[in-house]
Amino acid sequence: MSAFVDIHDVTHVYARAEDGLPAVQNLNLKVHEGEFAAIVGPSGCGKSTLMKLATGLQFPVEGTVIVDGRQVGAPVKLAGMAFQNPTMLPWRTTLDNILLPLEIVEPHRSRLRRHKAEYVAKAESLLAQVGLKGQGHKFPWQLSGGMQQRASLCRALIHEPKLLMLDEPFGALDSFTREELWCVMRDLHAAQKVTIILVTHDLREAAFLADRIFCMSARPGRIVAEREVEFPRPRDLEITYTPEFSALVHELRGHIAQARQAA
Amino acid sequence: MKTKNKLALAPWVFTVGFFALWEILCHVLKISSFILPAPSTILWAVWEYRSQLAYHAMHTLWMTLAGFGLAVGFGLLLGMVLGSSRLINAGTYPLLVGFNSIPKVAVVPILVFWFGVGWVPPVMTAFLISFFPIVVNVATGIATVEPEMEDVLRALGASKRDIVFKVGVPRAMPYFFGSLKVAITLAYVGSVIGEQNASNVGIGNLLTRASAAFEVPLVWAALVVLAVLGVIMYAITAYAERSMTGWAQRSQMAA
Repeated sequence: MSAFVDIHDVTHVYARAEDGLPAVQNLNLKVHEGEFAAIVGPSGCGKSTLMKLATGLQFPVEGTVIVDGRQVGAPVKLAGMAFQNPTMLPWRTTLDNILLPLEIVEPHRSRLRRHKAEYVAKAESLLAQVGLKGQGHKFPWQLSGGMQQRASLCRALIHEPKLLMLDEPFGALDSFTREELWCVMRDLHAAQKVTIILVTHDLREAAFLADRIFCMSARPGRIVAEREVEFPRPRDLEITYTPEFSALVHELRGHIAQARQAA
Repeated sequence: MKTKNKLALAPWVFTVGFFALWEILCHVLKISSFILPAPSTILWAVWEYRSQLAYHAMHTLWMTLAGFGLAVGFGLLLGMVLGSSRLINAGTYPLLVGFNSIPKVAVVPILVFWFGVGWVPPVMTAFLISFFPIVVNVATGIATVEPEMEDVLRALGASKRDIVFKVGVPRAMPYFFGSLKVAITLAYVGSVIGEQNASNVGIGNLLTRASAAFEVPLVWAALVVLAVLGVIMYAITAYAERSMTGWAQRSQMAA
């Protein structure tokens, strides 16, 4: 099986970088279709650069990025994104926020006006899946941080992307809400069969959600360890309290500590 | 009394108090009405010259609104261009600031060379004096779109235009309406300056003629009419701001 996302020997230097130091160097990473991959690493290791490379917001100085069988030379259009900050537009209702990608992406863009009801129904069903049933008419600032983050996940999924990029989406939430959203994410992944790349600082989050975990080194970032996660699905939150889970987190912790020391 | 009622009443109490104090001081200190007429004298003058004042005030109002309308259209357009292009922004900023620093009363003679005496110089002066704050505010609103929001849309294949119209412009609306309150008062100053120097009608022109003839009460009456018109126009823009951008005014500070 060939990889859905194939980042091959990529080195990237930002044009704005004053020291000319690459953000990532000789980065190699393969994620298969439908897989849930997590990327962990010390802060400033170029995880966000990786997100931009995989979605075609930046192009590598060296190496190739292949997504869905094609070399990335422009924004990929088949990706959905969510960030730590929910970035909802305050003048739109939650529902209209979720419909925003459809106003950009073809073929939805030209269909949206005539098939509005169909799309609204889809948004409502996504809202129900993340536990926000019937909250679409509210403005985002009337929702709590966790609820806004759920809505932001709906926005990332509304156009049925083949690739979902998550940049520390649960980083700003309290630990109970975070665990709740892990389960939401787990169920969305199971239901939508979408390929997910999750960038996170939280090793437990990576271990609970992912099929495959990549550890990155400090800047210039590259992959120092790759680890498959064998826990059977569907996973229950209870597994996070098993010795096997602790051992995995401990192992990951070791890689990160090493990566930090090397810096 | 509740704080809310007190707050609603405060503007009236302070305004009436101000004029009462003025009236009393004029009588107690026996100030000549040539230097400072009492409010009652001014009010009487307003009544006496009401038809003349109303005629000229309507003219000034039209000049102001025309200039303001031009400033809104032009300001929005230029603000959108400056907000979406760093290059054009950097390139034109010194020119804009330099132009804005010129006292507009100094530009009126040039307008007279170009367009002659009439309605054009007041409208143009009102326009020239009031577009700058609109441009700066709209440009700022658009230029400060969150980079994450931009990434979300660009990854979907959104063009620069899409981002400006879907996110930038709506986001700039609170800044825009905030600037309208500044711009309407400036436009008003502009049209009066224009009328004073280059028109045969309007409150500005009336002021020039009345002061030349030493008709002090009429001068004061004209000033009062200007002040009242100014407050009304400001209130209308403030109301428009509140009803258009309610989503932006939800903090405790704004309540």
